[in-house]
Amino acid sequence: MVTEKKVTLSIKELDAGFGRIRDLSVSIGKLSSGDWAEAEGPTPYPSLATLRNWDHTLLSRYQPFYMPFCDLCCLCTYGKCDLTGTKKGACGISMPAQQARTVLLAACIGAATHTSHARELLTYAIGRSGRDCGLDPGGNAIGVEAPVIRLVCGEKPQTLADLETVLDYCESQITALLAVTHTGQEGNYLDFESKVLHAGMIDQVGMEVADLAQISALGYPKADPDAPLAALGMGTVETNKPVILVIGHNVPPAVAIIDYLGRESLTDQVEVTGICCTSVDATRYSPRAKIIGPMSWQLRYIRSGIPDVIVVDEQCVRTDAFSEAVAAGTPFIATSEKNCMGLPDRTRDPADAIVADLFSGRAKGALILDPEKAGEVAVRVARAVMPARRNSSSAMSPEIIREKALDCTGCRLCRRSCPNDLAIPQGMKAAGEGNLSLLSALYETCVGCGRCEQACTQGIPVHSLIVGAAAEKIKNEKFVIRTGRGAIQDIEIRNVGGPIVLGEIPGVVAFVGCSNFANGGKESAEMSVEFAKRRYIVCTSGCAAMSIGMYRDEEGKTPYEQFPGSFAAGGIVNVGSCVANAHIAGATIKIASIFARRNLRGNYAEIADYVHNRVGAVGVAWGAMSQKAAAIAAGFWRLGIPVVVGPHGTKYRRMLLGRADHDADWYVHDQRTGEDVYAGPAPEHLFVAAETKEEAMVLVAKLCMRPNDTTRGRAMKLTHYIDLYQRHQGALPDDIPRYIRTTADIPVTLKSEITRILAQSDWKERPIPDPTLLARDAGKERTP
Amino acid sequence: MTSADPWQTAEVAGPKKAAVITRPAVVKAMIGHARHPVILLGNGAVSMGVGNRKLVDYLLDLSRAYRIPVIATGHINKALVERGFTNALVLPAVGAGQRIADPCWEGPEGKGPCDLAIIAGLPYPMAWTLLSGLKHFAPHTKTITLDPTYQPNATWSFANISEKDWQENLEVIIASAGGGTADV
Repeated sequence: MVTEKKVTLSIKELDAGFGRIRDLSVSIGKLSSGDWAEAEGPTPYPSLATLRNWDHTLLSRYQPFYMPFCDLCCLCTYGKCDLTGTKKGACGISMPAQQARTVLLAACIGAATHTSHARELLTYAIGRSGRDCGLDPGGNAIGVEAPVIRLVCGEKPQTLADLETVLDYCESQITALLAVTHTGQEGNYLDFESKVLHAGMIDQVGMEVADLAQISALGYPKADPDAPLAALGMGTVETNKPVILVIGHNVPPAVAIIDYLGRESLTDQVEVTGICCTSVDATRYSPRAKIIGPMSWQLRYIRSGIPDVIVVDEQCVRTDAFSEAVAAGTPFIATSEKNCMGLPDRTRDPADAIVADLFSGRAKGALILDPEKAGEVAVRVARAVMPARRNSSSAMSPEIIREKALDCTGCRLCRRSCPNDLAIPQGMKAAGEGNLSLLSALYETCVGCGRCEQACTQGIPVHSLIVGAAAEKIKNEKFVIRTGRGAIQDIEIRNVGGPIVLGEIPGVVAFVGCSNFANGGKESAEMSVEFAKRRYIVCTSGCAAMSIGMYRDEEGKTPYEQFPGSFAAGGIVNVGSCVANAHIAGATIKIASIFARRNLRGNYAEIADYVHNRVGAVGVAWGAMSQKAAAIAAGFWRLGIPVVVGPHGTKYRRMLLGRADHDADWYVHDQRTGEDVYAGPAPEHLFVAAETKEEAMVLVAKLCMRPNDTTRGRAMKLTHYIDLYQRHQGALPDDIPRYIRTTADIPVTLKSEITRILAQSDWKERPIPDPTLLARDAGKERTP
Repeated sequence: MTSADPWQTAEVAGPKKAAVITRPAVVKAMIGHARHPVILLGNGAVSMGVGNRKLVDYLLDLSRAYRIPVIATGHINKALVERGFTNALVLPAVGAGQRIADPCWEGPEGKGPCDLAIIAGLPYPMAWTLLSGLKHFAPHTKTITLDPTYQPNATWSFANISEKDWQENLEVIIASAGGGTADV
């Protein structure tokens, strides 16, 4: 059989001169799916337009509402073109198409970043464990080892080598998707949007490859609900030891540091600390590693002078990290070809020479593209420079803060450059008068971007003043986080699949993404705790997982100490770093497979339809900032899972919004009867920005409703939605009749009130469908 | 700095920028010419002080004075209910934008598509993007922002003005309701 570049040779029995061969199978460039008997579905390895019908089904219900971030197109030399209103550009492109094109570009960047990262990790994992290393995300607890890959590619990967073929596919798709954005390619905004969804789906495949590879090769927790706790926060760092800071997302240099420390019996003598997902994965490798915080902690931690060496890899690394390190007198090592930072390539130099140069200050930084060498150099340099560094202090005293604040002219340019419009001028004025409380309060909501300093005409180090004023708070940043557990066990899916699909567990809420919060990371923690207390299943990953851990209840417990790490009602499940997001999508897919026994193999549209209509899952990316977050969201959208973002999320340029007031949009096919049935706006939106945490919680509760909910499940979901709405909006929601299908849906505690509302409206009882948006399934009987 | 610079200095839009409200009579005239105006009231109106009152109180006065329906975004509806205002349409800001941009939408009171949106109290960047959506995709709708900061994507916006000027403008706009057609 030859398909594309893939060759499989199978010999049942061969008598040759040299002997007899039986059951020989050789695959080149194609993974072997072993004895996987599942029938192949209609769309293995889908290309750009394969799932176009499914996408357009979603997009006809959830229509894009564009909010251009710029009136112009600046992408070719015809331009700049003014696309205001109905004007078209020189190439003929309209504003809606241009916006969708820009969203596609963002999604491509995100998908390319995760997929490239996956390639790095896979190559590293193969180098470390061999091509035949089996995939092991959870031992016997995991039967469906790669739900996303099974669903999208129609393959059942078994070894690291199998993942190479999957990545080949991802890379080819991302290249084609990027080509779509060239001038004079796609012209229709909905077709651009379809390709955005394709990019999101590919992104999920790439992420799954990345995390499968690192879990299998590095011995991370394997689907363990009781994965160990790790230290979190600047206050946890033992500054009497040499301190190494790793920043980024690609863990091999951090692993090499930890391994070198182990080999040299130095594990207890050096602190390995990290920012962003590299640190999350470092704690999965060794829970002795410490997480400082999300990206917003970079400036403050580098400037603190605590790290003795900084090692950066890729993604979410401040591009001025090297110059900040130089200013702090901290030796700097870059380790990624994607992020060379202008440094000389010292990869082939002896470690001794690099250590000597960084120790003496002859070199401020080095590019070392060998993680093992980078690990050794980092440890040796940290130990060498630490004693002298501890003799000097970079801490900003209250007197210095006051002196510098007196230079403020009150021009307000700092505030006008601040993403969160923080009242910096007032803080500076008070600080100049000796009162640091206002500046200290800003620390809670500062995203650490440093734009205030760029704007200041007086050269005041505004961010450093804010951090200096909050010195006591920073000392008390001592928290714990449950290390990333990776996948969800099959038994957990069996236990909760029924209650989720029937609506009796009110929903699965995933808090993911970056830290561009409008009101601080505390809101992510508060929301996660609220939903865990309400017995939703709360999942989290990456920077959001860190933010959730950075707050304590009245008893001094972080959410990870208050709630179990199991995928069960009332759990808070940290799956791991950004790439571990694939496990959250994977859990929804596994519900279709393990609970409902649907075939996954190359069967995307049917499974997405299942998830969309039956699995009450919602993503919350409260501080989403990056293109990767855009791609992650797009992956959820194609599965029909809604995503809520914070107010900064409108800068992604478009929402995907349903119109609850358009009844015709909310009909589904009833698979039992073949009839089209009004199912209500469930879920109402696919991508929506909330203005406040309170609004977001109300939206999440509402977006967990699905057409398939049983009456008991719907009543429970309505109870949470109405309770949150009443608490935060001060009234009953006016859309209750849209969500009541029969009187049995009415929450018992609100029966008289809702019955009266229904009587005053034109509400009529309606059937609860066996729902699908796919016409071809109508009339077929299905298991639940 | 000119008065018509975006409050967030980098939020430069493009060729089509808001005209600056130099006199309260502009707002009165715009409202007077509108058939189906709405007030889109963001959550920040609860915390934004204007003199001794909150912005939300001025906007409710405006609603009552000109009989303009209110769309409540964020979770500001609770503050409205506490003030005895119980008939706001509650929507996410972006959902409100989508409906305002729909020329077939019947509006909060079912009277017809919105031809004037008066917006205040949203986070600045959220108002910026929302107003951009309306600038490009709601040709039937004019927009006014009553925040004290310049929003380039509105049809009309205050410049970056002091709280004192802001208060005076709001009071004149409200007080002049029913006072005949303004001379713009």
